[in-house]
This record gives sequence, structure tokens and C-alpha cells, in this order.
Amino acid sequence: MSRIFEVFRQERKGQPLQHAGSVTAPDERFAEIYAREQYGRRQESVALWLVPREAVSEISEFPDEFEMKYRRVDGYSIKARLREAREQAGTLEQAPGAGDDT
Amino acid sequence: MSERSDRLLAIADDELILGWRNSEWTGIAPFLEEDVAFSSIAQNEIGHARALYELAAAELGTTADELAFDRRLDEYRCAPLVELRRLEWARTIARHWLYETADEIRLAALKVSDDPEIAGVAAKMDREEAYHRMHAEMWIDRLLASDDGRIRLNEAVDELWAYALGVLDDELRPELRSRAEARLGRQLAEVEPVPRGVHEAELAELLEEMTIVRRSAPGGARW
Repeated sequence: MSRIFEVFRQERKGQPLQHAGSVTAPDERFAEIYAREQYGRRQESVALWLVPREAVSEISEFPDEFEMKYRRVDGYSIKARLREAREQAGTLEQAPGAGDDT
Repeated sequence: MSERSDRLLAIADDELILGWRNSEWTGIAPFLEEDVAFSSIAQNEIGHARALYELAAAELGTTADELAFDRRLDEYRCAPLVELRRLEWARTIARHWLYETADEIRLAALKVSDDPEIAGVAAKMDREEAYHRMHAEMWIDRLLASDDGRIRLNEAVDELWAYALGVLDDELRPELRSRAEARLGRQLAEVEPVPRGVHEAELAELLEEMTIVRRSAPGGARW
């Protein structure tokens, strides 16, 4: 008869809410009180979201049967190539961050 | 001692001793989340006590710590309701709810006090007490929702009722009665309130424990 509520916490206005942990409670009302005390009593949060665990859809399988390493970005420097490509295309001036490039 | 500081000490002592009693559940509350919440509420009460002691201390030319820890047993002004020790959970919740209900009535009167310092502290306290009341009320709903819970709550309230009336001055007691009776949906006994000033035996034991650090380091403990 107890339910699990996942708690998301916002540290400052404008920041994303991040998963803080969970509380176990008989219902939403208890969960709200418990989350407030557990994740807010030290002024460490400006907002909390409570999500019943059963409302969360989980995706946890990401098959990679053929090891398509070329789809990963690690170890692959894109900056110089991107600049080169933009020069050729004549879009260097409109590129995001153009002007502050050193 | 002025009537003002006497009144401040009565409320401060209530908050300090109840905070202490509630903190006795830390580590052994019915489940983890409740443990954290109830302990946090206990810490709030002690914070309220400090604010009130500071007001009284300014008037009496002393400090909050001296008022909290250095008085004689017979100088404490708390209501016996908050002194009772090791109540089981239904009684703890019954006391918590009775106290918070009485405290709300008392704070409402203090918030319109002519004394701006008292009115200010009362308003601040009330903003935090609102969450204590939410906590107490949700437990009362929970207990009233089942036969077993209702029986245990009603037994506990009956035991504590004379003590609860003793938290308030004469003129505020009818308000406590009408709120409690409306909430429980039944009449409560006509009883003689347990007055302030006569202490339960458990208070001596509590003060002994509460002042042990203070007495062992008379110059002031450093953390």
C-alpha cells in the first residue's frame, strides 16, 4: 500500500530539475510532506517535482550489434572540419559563435 | 519578571520541550521518511524556542542559552502536555495534532499583539507551523480512515485532552474544544485542564539529559 515517488529538485530558478532520489509514502499527500522535509528543509531547493514511479516509462535497451563506432563523437574533433566545410559553403559568417572565434 | 517575558518563556519552553520530545523519535520512527520529517519538525520547534528566548533574554538581560538550560526545574513554564515521555506513535500524533491546533489558536492571538516584536515572531513561526499542521492533519485523516486508527486516535486524545486544554489560557480553550470536536466528530469530556507550573516527573529526567553538555562545559561548549 506504499507507493514510490521519484523526486526532482531545482536548486536555483532557471536551472533544470534534476533527479534527487525518491520517497516511499502511502499517498501523494504524505509524499509531498516527506519530499519537502527530505529535499527542502535546508533551503537546498527552490522547487520539487514529484512523479509516481508507475508514471515513469523506462527505456533501457540500446542494441549495438554492429559496433557502429563512427556514430560516437568521442575522440573525433569536429571543430576544424566544420570550419573548413563552412568556408567552402560560404556560411562561415552566419555560423553560431562566429565572431568570437579566436 | 514582566508578564511579557513570562508569556514568552511559557511558549518558548513549550516549543523547546516538545522539540526535544519529538526528537526522541529520531532513528526509531515508524519508517524512514517519517523519521526525517518528524525530526525536521522537531528542529523547527527548537528554532522557534530560540527566537522566543532571544526576545525574553533581551528584556531580562540574559541570553537564550541561559534561559533554555540554566533555570531551575520549577522555573520552567511549559505545559505538562509537552513533557510526557515515550508516547507510542498514536499518542505522539495525537499530542502533535492537539499541540499544533492549540498553537495555531495562540499564534493567531499573538499575531495581532500590540507588541511589534511579538507579532513579528508569531507571524514567522506561523508560516513554518503551517507545514507542521499539514503533517499533523494528514496523519489525523489517515487514522480516522480506519477503525483501528480511529480507536487508537480517540483513546489517545481522551488521555491527553486535559493536558491539551492546559496549553492555552482560559479564554482560548473554547476555541480548541470546538475545533477538536469538529475534527473528531464527537464531544470531548468536560475536564479540569492540567495547568502550567506543575511539572510531570518526566521533566526532571529530561532536563538532566538536556543540560548534560551545558553542565559539563560551564564556560560554553565549542563545536
